[in-house]
Amino acid sequence: MNTKNASVASTAVQNGKPDATPVLEIQQASDFRDQACLQHKVKLSVRELNFYYGKFQALFSISLDILENHVTAFIGPSGCGKSTLLRCFNRIYELYPNQRAEGEILLDGRNILGPGENLNLLRARVGMVFQKPTPFPMSIYDNIAFGVKLYERLSRAQMDERVEWALKKAALWDEVKDKLSHIGTDISGGQQQRLCIARAIAIKPEILLLDEPASALDPISTLKIEELIAELKQEYTIVIVTHNMQQAARISDYTGFLYLGKLIEYDETSTMFTRPRKKQTQDYITGRFG
Amino acid sequence: MQRLRNVGLYRRRRFVNSLVLIASLGTTLFGLFWLLWLLWTLLSEGLRYLNLSIFHQATPPPGGTGGLGNAILGSIVLTVVGILIGAPAGVLAGTYLSEFARESRAASVIRFVNDILLSAPSIILGVFVYEVVVIHMGHFSGFAGSLALALIALPTVVRTTEDMLRLVPNALREAAAALGAPRWKVTIAIVFRAARSGILTGVLLAVARISGETAPLLFTALNNQFWSHSLNEPIANLPVVIFQFAMSPYEDWQHLAWAGAVLITLAILFINILVRLFLKTPKSRY
Repeated sequence: MNTKNASVASTAVQNGKPDATPVLEIQQASDFRDQACLQHKVKLSVRELNFYYGKFQALFSISLDILENHVTAFIGPSGCGKSTLLRCFNRIYELYPNQRAEGEILLDGRNILGPGENLNLLRARVGMVFQKPTPFPMSIYDNIAFGVKLYERLSRAQMDERVEWALKKAALWDEVKDKLSHIGTDISGGQQQRLCIARAIAIKPEILLLDEPASALDPISTLKIEELIAELKQEYTIVIVTHNMQQAARISDYTGFLYLGKLIEYDETSTMFTRPRKKQTQDYITGRFG
Repeated sequence: MQRLRNVGLYRRRRFVNSLVLIASLGTTLFGLFWLLWLLWTLLSEGLRYLNLSIFHQATPPPGGTGGLGNAILGSIVLTVVGILIGAPAGVLAGTYLSEFARESRAASVIRFVNDILLSAPSIILGVFVYEVVVIHMGHFSGFAGSLALALIALPTVVRTTEDMLRLVPNALREAAAALGAPRWKVTIAIVFRAARSGILTGVLLAVARISGETAPLLFTALNNQFWSHSLNEPIANLPVVIFQFAMSPYEDWQHLAWAGAVLITLAILFINILVRLFLKTPKSRY
């Protein structure tokens, strides 16, 4: 039944009518989420998520689905909670004792906020790249081998191969192949950031979280990273936080707009930037505030 | 009009600036003056008594010939054993404070106690070790001396280790944890590596500090006129020999005291230069 509906939906798209109204009627779906579920697998599902920094509540009952092999972007003014939301997906906030999350985040249907979750294994599945490049104080080679060694026992030759594979994926191989033994901080900022991306994908995660990965970089490095994201989405589910709306529009399939800790709107990127449903969204993307 | 008023303000600010600049220059010169005077006196009086026999002959009886060999060896032994006890404990405690206890209640109590230990007069530590070790063993010993020195090194190593680890940006810890590395692995493989020159510096500064300590050794290692080969007996050491010889009425002893003072000073100078070299090694930029 589902496949049939999906094919109807895709015909509708091919006919140039992407709103696919007949499918929605058949499915009795009133919600974007169900529409998306028709065609793609939900990788991450957030349910009624609240987040607290001590007594301060930073996120208010966020619910949304993130699709596999798509790029999902979160935009919003500074302090709106978009980074906080991202940091819930690999529970990196647990490093700080007074931060806590309530609600559910289902990764392939399993709640990762549950008490029995092994955080190290979770983070091996959900990789993260941060705003500022953070190369480890070791060689470029070891920067990548460090994470791989945590979960795999590889021979020297296999490790060489993996390092090369990751650096090629991150479009960095040609620039550093002759200086793999140099310390990771020796290369430029843009290269360092791609090294961090290479390091994250070397352990073959399922999801890649990118927290404003290009905000500290020059336009050319930014372009390289954006191309990289488009390339990587074939194999990974990518969630990116950005304060650059053009960037979100360029690279993402779905966009969520957060404001003051609430998810104001979440939709396909093309819809979001052309026909936003909420006035706040429209004001933000047209630059009237934020 | 607005502009004119600003010129007045600017002149005043420039005047205050030069005033403060002159004051800081003056106080710097004041400090340096005493230091240079001290070094000058030490070198001009002591250098001429330095010769090879100082290093291989034991301390002489009054009127005899001899050197400081046993005291130099004793000082090295005491310092090395002291730092071997004090530094590992200090580094571990500093790591606990910075990486695990952090802002907890236990951490603030430990920090407070450590600060007290840090500022405790060294003679009190000497008396303490005398009370708990020397009296129970029944005699002075090199071991008791090393223990007293370890107690002096410990709080400085704890403090510098914690400070250096805290300088490591949290972003680095997050990045390592985000790869799925467990906490201990993050600490040892990433944080220690980023802070290693700083931690080593702290240990070397502790070495410099304890190699000149006199008071705690008076109560613990005491002194020995002969070559001592066991930590279980009193052991000669430079600071106590200097203390004893400099106060003596014998001129040849006084000369040896000058030579010993120069030796200790040069050794500490050497360690400090070493520290500078460590800190100069290209640090990663974050």
